[in-house]
Amino acid sequence: MTDTLLEIDRLSVDYETARGDLKALRDISFDVRKGEIVGIVGESGCGKSTLISSILRLTAPNTRFRQGEVRFKGQDLLQLPERKMRDLRGADISIVFQDPMQTHNPVLSIGQQMLDIQHRSKAPKADKRARAAQMLGAVGIPDPEARLNQFPHEFSGGMRQRIAIAMALMSEPDLLIADEPTTALDATLEVQIIERLQELQQEFNCAILFISHHLGVIAELCDRVVVMYAGAVVESGEVREIFHDPKHPYTRRLIDCDPGHIKERARVLPTIPGEVPDLANLPGGCIFRDRCDQAMPRCAAEVPPLTQLKDGHHAACWLNHKEAAE
Amino acid sequence: MSLLDVKNLKTSYGPVNVLAGVSFTVEPGETYALVGESGSGKTTVIRAIAGLAPAQEGSVKFDGREIRGASERELRPLRKDIAMMFQDPVGSLSPRLTIRSLITEPYRIQGMKDRDLDAEAKRLLEMVNLPAHFADRYPYQLSGGQARRVGVARALALEPKLILADEPTAGLDVSVQGELLNLMNDLRERLGLAMVIITHNLNVVRHVADRMGIMYLGRLVEEGTTEAIFKEPRHPYTRCLLSANPEPDPDARLERIALKGEPPSLLRRPKGCEFRERCPFAQEVCSQTPQWEVENGHGLRCLAPLS
Repeated sequence: MTDTLLEIDRLSVDYETARGDLKALRDISFDVRKGEIVGIVGESGCGKSTLISSILRLTAPNTRFRQGEVRFKGQDLLQLPERKMRDLRGADISIVFQDPMQTHNPVLSIGQQMLDIQHRSKAPKADKRARAAQMLGAVGIPDPEARLNQFPHEFSGGMRQRIAIAMALMSEPDLLIADEPTTALDATLEVQIIERLQELQQEFNCAILFISHHLGVIAELCDRVVVMYAGAVVESGEVREIFHDPKHPYTRRLIDCDPGHIKERARVLPTIPGEVPDLANLPGGCIFRDRCDQAMPRCAAEVPPLTQLKDGHHAACWLNHKEAAE
Repeated sequence: MSLLDVKNLKTSYGPVNVLAGVSFTVEPGETYALVGESGSGKTTVIRAIAGLAPAQEGSVKFDGREIRGASERELRPLRKDIAMMFQDPVGSLSPRLTIRSLITEPYRIQGMKDRDLDAEAKRLLEMVNLPAHFADRYPYQLSGGQARRVGVARALALEPKLILADEPTAGLDVSVQGELLNLMNDLRERLGLAMVIITHNLNVVRHVADRMGIMYLGRLVEEGTTEAIFKEPRHPYTRCLLSANPEPDPDARLERIALKGEPPSLLRRPKGCEFRERCPFAQEVCSQTPQWEVENGHGLRCLAPLS
């Protein structure tokens, strides 16, 4: 297990609300190995954001960690004093957010912001500036020296997102969390960002936790995939296994829904009818059963456990248990 | 006669030349998609059609009548026939009005006092597959997909002939996106609506549009039937856009054509072909300005087209 970088182990997180406890994450387990790209797929309300903020421990005040551990290099981040956690953020674990238009401080030059985030380094200012220019060059910003003096509004959306990536990689983190980094961008720029991320990942050898609801991007970029639904992991495994041989009905139908799959013009596109259940008032049994076309009596009675089916391929569905199906 | 006939539409904001002459037509019952990167002028086109953005030159004919430069008073009755769906589903709904007020607001604006607004609200909600009790809800109580459907209901209220939809599926989950597209396809068939859809999601275009136009720097660079363009794109920009579309298959072998750099500034339009600097197929002839040429219903602005 020496190559495991991040282990999420049976993590359960609630939000205390006036309506009662909202069970945002339940029994989440998966790991990220060194230098690997793991994709997290899920639709609105699946708990992606709660998961990221739990890893970084940047959670809202009404968050309660009910159980589980978030181990980074063997150390449980949930037990770490805030001071140590601060040392980790941005240095060992960094993040690229969704909206490149709101990531940067509008009143400071890009160069100033890139100097500021090197506050831990004792190097002379000229060195830090050279380092900033070098990073801008690495993400493909032309004429980086001169552009350090410019302000965020002088850059396009695609460039701002690349600058955000440059900033996140500047401290050579072991883990980069990318939270839907291409959602706000055009397809042509999306491709540029993905290809850039792939190159940089090779160069810096950092692991990437890539969150997206865009299956095409996940298929192209990731080594392994974790599929989340309504605060739980329903399936995880190697990217080919997930896309070619999904073992959870939600994964299967999510892939079916992607119109990128359907090459001929379709009059009626596949959908998943129904809605995500209320997390403050969870029904018993499998959370997907109301929308599942293969639900059985057992699905209402018991929550299906996330079980290993093949090497590294996990799914939480009773259909994979022979005795239940009979 | 075409339902909508846009000819040589030009818009400038001061020195920024956003639309440099856009022409296309939409027939009754047809869905036309405008595709292109951010800043290509897609949204300005439909806003100019709806009279929400200025257009200094050119013509917009709806049902044979010129509507460019019409006054607000002249436009008001026309807005019964041309409805708009805005990009931000929740942001386009006033937070202080109930869904009932929101979807029946068009009747009040048009002064249709004889309508039973409760009954109309019920009918419209049913049309977009939302339960009747949603009439009493407020926008913040809706999911993104539900807010979109309220947007559709409001656009349909006055039984328009043409819907202008700006990124109708942006920000929706895939499972919900299909529902909305099915709904729009269904309504279009039942009500005989024509639509102009703006999107940068090519997977969506394939399933809803009859014809499509590809925009670059405020001009159409290619236009044709959706089928023809997906099968055989002739403009290098179209080819690049189509190839940039990630496939939901880890084994898909992508013949990706990298697009160099980013769109140039509208303040410094390149000489000759405006796509030349980014074009992987550029040739010497491209230093001349390409003209719009139409062959068998397929329009193209390129001096070195792909075959």
